[in-house]
Amino acid sequence: MSTNPEEFEFGSHIGEERVAGAPPHGPPSLRAELRGYIIGLVLAAVLTAASFWSLDEHVIYAPGIVMALIVLGLAQVGVHLVFFLHLTTAPDNTNNALALAFGVLIVSLIFFGSIWVMYHMNANMIPTKTLMQMRGG
Amino acid sequence: MSAPTSALRTGRDPYHLGHGPSTGAPEYTGHGAGGPAPKRIVVGYGFWIFILSDVVLFSCFFAAYTVLIHARNGGPGPEIFDLRNTAEETACLLLSSFCCGLASLAVGRRSLLWTEVALAVTGLFGLMFIMLEVHEFTGLVARGDGPTHSAFLTAFFTLVGCHGVHVTAGLLWLGTMMAQFPAKGFKESIRHRYLCFSLFWHALDIIWIGIFTVVYLIGRTTP
Repeated sequence: MSTNPEEFEFGSHIGEERVAGAPPHGPPSLRAELRGYIIGLVLAAVLTAASFWSLDEHVIYAPGIVMALIVLGLAQVGVHLVFFLHLTTAPDNTNNALALAFGVLIVSLIFFGSIWVMYHMNANMIPTKTLMQMRGG
Repeated sequence: MSAPTSALRTGRDPYHLGHGPSTGAPEYTGHGAGGPAPKRIVVGYGFWIFILSDVVLFSCFFAAYTVLIHARNGGPGPEIFDLRNTAEETACLLLSSFCCGLASLAVGRRSLLWTEVALAVTGLFGLMFIMLEVHEFTGLVARGDGPTHSAFLTAFFTLVGCHGVHVTAGLLWLGTMMAQFPAKGFKESIRHRYLCFSLFWHALDIIWIGIFTVVYLIGRTTP
């Protein structure tokens, strides 16, 4: 597969820089790009395996499992963003990174906000039995 | 002679305010200088915004699942999920995402054969994922643990089902792309369409990371 540099256009990434860490100018070689995807696949597979493996209580201190799963999940999202979506800090990617940062803000507000509010509502709720007695009395 | 031109000529433009593509600087800097970004960058950005809005939609379902995980109406909790099935689904989607990346390498090099082969493999893994998910859902419903049983199961079926619907829509899109590359060639509009598809497909795998971590694995640790 030969490439005419004039015609070359990148595929599945949002910015110009194709391979994480590679020089941004000029079309990267097939070898370099392929290596990027394979590194991504291997990292993602290892982290996923670690997620499933950490469920075994003999591997990790039981109360720490949830935190380990969250960290491993975030690491996997990072691997996907860098090696598959090619999100970088290159100038033409700044808008994408900023949009992602805003998305993360909204997602955190919705997710952790819901958990926070609902936890306190549950904690402060009058049990149904007590409520019935109050009404009856 | 206007001021910016003379500044350029004498080289006194320390902040490169007046430079354009002809000065040897990069054509687009991300700071508005050097003219508008190429269309591919703009298309990718627009679709990235859509994907982020989709992620916000999913975050609501994730929040609902997490909040309702104890609302079981006397029914079962996350211990009913078969983690082996989940691991197989995860492997299918990860390999599918990887093959989608290989297809974009082929698209970048205008190789129709490799594009079609990589897209076919991408689609097969996606199809296997959907079949595993349907198998899981029908199994749960057959055991009486359908979405109508409890708020917990409703939240589960909504979140995972919504992701499944996205994957199904992605498969239809993938089939369309496989038909359009031979029919219309590697012209710009088709390549941009493929760029959007690949972003969508990779993003679905990112959502799935959240699902298998929060729904299945963290769910399993919840009493």
